[in-house]
Amino acid sequence: MSVTATMLPVVARPRRRVSFRAAFGLGALLLIGGSAVFAPQLAPWDPARQMLTKRLRPPMWQARGLREHPLGTDHLGRDILSRILHGGRISLGVGLTAVTLSALIGVTLGLLAGFFGGRADALIMRIVDVFLAIPYILLAMGVVFALGPSLLNVILVMGATRWVQFARIVRADVLSIREREFVAGARARGNRPLRLLLRHVLPNALTPIIVVATLELAFMIIYESALSFLGLGVQPPTPTWGWMLADGRNYVATAWWLATFPGLAIMLTVLAVNLLGDWLRDTLDPRLKV
Amino acid sequence: MVGYVGRRLLQSLGVLLGVSVIVFGLLHLTGDPTRLLLPLEAREEDVRQLRALLGLDDPLWVQYGRFLARAVRGDFGLSFKHQVPALALIFQTLPATLQLTAAGLGLALVVAVPAGILSALKRNSLLDALCSVGVLLGQAMPVYWLGLLLIMVFAVGLGWFPAAGRDGWTSIVLPATALGAFSMARIARMARSGMLEVLAQDYVRTARAAGIRTFVVTYKYALKNAAIPLVTIIGLEFGILLGGAVITETIFAWPGVGRLAVDAIFSRDYPLVQAIVAVLATLFVVINLVIDLVYTYLDPRIVYVRSAR
Repeated sequence: MSVTATMLPVVARPRRRVSFRAAFGLGALLLIGGSAVFAPQLAPWDPARQMLTKRLRPPMWQARGLREHPLGTDHLGRDILSRILHGGRISLGVGLTAVTLSALIGVTLGLLAGFFGGRADALIMRIVDVFLAIPYILLAMGVVFALGPSLLNVILVMGATRWVQFARIVRADVLSIREREFVAGARARGNRPLRLLLRHVLPNALTPIIVVATLELAFMIIYESALSFLGLGVQPPTPTWGWMLADGRNYVATAWWLATFPGLAIMLTVLAVNLLGDWLRDTLDPRLKV
Repeated sequence: MVGYVGRRLLQSLGVLLGVSVIVFGLLHLTGDPTRLLLPLEAREEDVRQLRALLGLDDPLWVQYGRFLARAVRGDFGLSFKHQVPALALIFQTLPATLQLTAAGLGLALVVAVPAGILSALKRNSLLDALCSVGVLLGQAMPVYWLGLLLIMVFAVGLGWFPAAGRDGWTSIVLPATALGAFSMARIARMARSGMLEVLAQDYVRTARAAGIRTFVVTYKYALKNAAIPLVTIIGLEFGILLGGAVITETIFAWPGVGRLAVDAIFSRDYPLVQAIVAVLATLFVVINLVIDLVYTYLDPRIVYVRSAR
């Protein structure tokens, strides 16, 4: 009797909790994405407007806080809430573009390695190992600094340093897909390799790509703010969460809200994307290890 | 086995060769390195002279060959800024970074492994729920923000630990926590799912059915097998931590290689940047090589699987 009693919950329960998490992630992400898209309409102030008479005001619930600046103002008297709303545009925009770019590079190389095997595979996988070995943040910093920090360079560098994940997963998947009968069948019907890859192999490798892309988006958001934080991201006056944190760093002792709120925004976004990614993985392909 | 070790060694050398190409390319990305060395108002003639002196007029592959031949001997040239061999600077600061990385990884393991195992054993309990919230937050908190929060609460607010510098054992607590948090979350998650997987295996059920005590089954049979995948991710985790150290050291003014690197990048000290990237990559490759070999020792099946590829 006691055996069945202890065994039962192991089998049945997790499902519902997972879907709650996914709903939370999706909801939060829609909210954050929506407020980034409509930032110009939602933001109470121009994010770049400096009001030097109202410098370093705390959030409105604290003494000295002002109603019109719910999350306070920074050292130049700029409205924190407006800057966070506008900063989301950069974080999400750069994140999405960088993930797309790195997926393009990684998926292409992974497809080639897995499908053709042999020397192409060996070469591509060694390049993957090289990129795994180099601390990507140092490489990115070096390259961005050499080329000059601009929106485009930041995206290019982020995409070019993070494609490895895609390449590995896609290759592993393609290795098994290419042995399947429908591929042999398509080949027998006279399909050429490129068509075979794009029409038959790629669609079947799509699941892990979607999952990795979601989890990588979370990573890219952290990555972008890290570069910004170090002064190598998208340059001011464009408000970015990383820059706001870097500004806040000088005021950790006197104005806690400067560094707290942008960090909270990053964490919430990353959390939402991660929850969504976990759910996608669990529903689409539970065996996937990423 | 010997064949595998040999192949793995060769592969590591290949990776290092690839790293050297990228490191070499870093300098040339800037366009003309002589412009970095000479003041802006330098005469055209001086520039030409320096170019010839540095051998920058040779074909690229000749320059690369020369770079590689020197790098193999540990000679990356003089740091532009400090005017001492770049490698010497790195060896001065490397201990601090290794100390921080080891502390971060150690902390992550000490907290995450028991937490992951306990939440697997007590699945769906309050503890499990708390752990999974911790994991989610840990994976979503960027190290630079966590670092700032830790400084605000424990250094500025409570005054328990210093906010910056490397002075006495208390100074390592905050940076190691900030650095280790992300790994902690990942390791806890892996430990939990690994343990769950092993507990569901037939041999665990058989052992239980044979009447072996639960304690022995869990800690002797299951734990050992759940530990194997953890060993590999520690290698990868180490690489992530080395990268994270760059940011952590900047926030906490920790005098390690990461801070040296950031400083070198901003002062366009390219020989130093090259040397740091090369040394950190080599470290990563060597550690992963060692871990792979340990891994094959722990689980001999691996060799066959990998050579079948």
